[in-house]
Amino acid sequence: MEAHHNIVLPEGSIEKTTTTLNLGPTHPATHGVFQNIMEIDGERVVSTEQTVGFIHRAFEKLAERRNLYQITPITDRLNYCSSPINNMGWHIACERFLKVETPKRVDYLRIIIMELARISDHLICNSIDGVDTGAYTGFLYVMQYRELIYEIYEEVCGSRLTTNIGRIGGFERNFTNTAFTKLEKFLNEYPKVLQEFESLFTRNRIFMERTQGTGGISAARAMNYGFTGPNLRAAGVDYDVRVANPYSSYQDLDFTIPVGTTGDNYDRFLVRNAEMWQSLSIIKQAYEKVQSFKGTEAEIFHADVPEYYLPKKEDVYNNMEALIWHFKIIMGEVELPKGQIYSAVEGGNGELGFYLVSDGGRTPFRLHFRRPCFIYYQAYPELITGGMLSDAVVTMSSLNLIAGELDA
Amino acid sequence: MSLTYIAIQEKLEEKFGDQVSLFSTESGILSFESPAAQNLKVMQFLFDELGFTFLTDLCGVNYPDQQGAELVVVYHLHNFVENIRLRYSVAVPVAQPDVFTATKLFESANWMERETYDFYGINFVGHPNLKRILNVDEMDYFPLRKEFPLEDQTRIDKDDEMFGRG
Repeated sequence: MEAHHNIVLPEGSIEKTTTTLNLGPTHPATHGVFQNIMEIDGERVVSTEQTVGFIHRAFEKLAERRNLYQITPITDRLNYCSSPINNMGWHIACERFLKVETPKRVDYLRIIIMELARISDHLICNSIDGVDTGAYTGFLYVMQYRELIYEIYEEVCGSRLTTNIGRIGGFERNFTNTAFTKLEKFLNEYPKVLQEFESLFTRNRIFMERTQGTGGISAARAMNYGFTGPNLRAAGVDYDVRVANPYSSYQDLDFTIPVGTTGDNYDRFLVRNAEMWQSLSIIKQAYEKVQSFKGTEAEIFHADVPEYYLPKKEDVYNNMEALIWHFKIIMGEVELPKGQIYSAVEGGNGELGFYLVSDGGRTPFRLHFRRPCFIYYQAYPELITGGMLSDAVVTMSSLNLIAGELDA
Repeated sequence: MSLTYIAIQEKLEEKFGDQVSLFSTESGILSFESPAAQNLKVMQFLFDELGFTFLTDLCGVNYPDQQGAELVVVYHLHNFVENIRLRYSVAVPVAQPDVFTATKLFESANWMERETYDFYGINFVGHPNLKRILNVDEMDYFPLRKEFPLEDQTRIDKDDEMFGRG
């Protein structure tokens, strides 16, 4: 009987009917560094509080001492499932700020790369959805097609995950024929795979029962919570930056914006799948347009911005002007104009915005990233409260949260 | 019934008089300012009357040279129906950085205000849970203020063999 006195329980813990559960930060079901301190009653979630910031790297502070081109690698590390969109979003923000007009061919090449990135982003998110509901097959199967996308990046810029693709004004080099061959291979093979992926999940009884009616949100609440991207569209709001504020000549192409109705996990899955079909069609159209450039026009891969675009190496050695610009760019001696700009692109998981303030110095005075998943992750408690713990896990993966972007 | 920048400016001036100022459309977006005490009234008006029901972004900026207005809170608002964006900002002195919270209007402001508090120390009056979000709780300064410079890249006193210094 004496032994009982060794156990000292906190006051009120006997009367407490709920359990406190620490989900994360290194739990495999959280796909990244997410911690949730949940109060659960049996298997039902009563309340939860998210902890974020585990991989905060002070990008906004770092950016205040970097030249524009040195900020591109920082943007890689935001949403690393679709780095090219971040890179190009940043370049587009810079070009708008510096009032640089990019040639049409550059725009279409960018669209090809950005839409490939969107496909790889959605592919990861949707197949992870499958993993969390018990179907690992889809995830493993589509990985080899993401690999095809990464090979295209590799051919264009030399790297795969954190791409640092392109420059202010365009691309660092023209696309090779190999890049286009790889793109054609992807365009030929991928539709069949996506079809198979859809037939594996869309009418799958287990998948439907796990995802329908869980993690739902109304359109009004989603807007109030600052949802953007597929998550907002799944709730029924047809807002897409590519249409609302076109950039990179998206207005020249023909595509539709898929929307859902209930905003639940199933609708988010369907919207992403439908967007992948749209992306494929966009890539095909953009590729056709790229092919229509002949002769010298087909050699254009960047705009003429000597202040920000590194000159060719042989020009640096043989041409004084190019040498001067080369040094000025590398040493970061180009003064920015004064002003402010907010420029947004449609990222893989929502509106990715760049708010740049310049006081006329060589680096941004202030740079703020509008990271979509940081903003919509706030709604997580509302999405999961009252539901099962296992649905909370599915909801988390279906929101497409990327820790690198969330924590900046 | 398309809403133009001029119409927005007129309506705001009609309602708030000289409380709203510094209208400009540089960089392709209408931006204006008001005293910090007016921020909720202005945003409520924009929300109810002009349809700016989406808070795109909220962040802080530090201008150490502006006496009495060192800290600025910048709101980016969006009207989805008319597809118009606005930039609205309020400035507060660093000695007393009090701004009313927008969480009653926008749920999305909750974490964005916490982030702004975390980095700039702006006190959002009435915020339901104003504590640090990305930095550690024990931190006792506001790192994005300009008074905290980044490390000098040319310093040589640091012994750090692994990363190429020293």
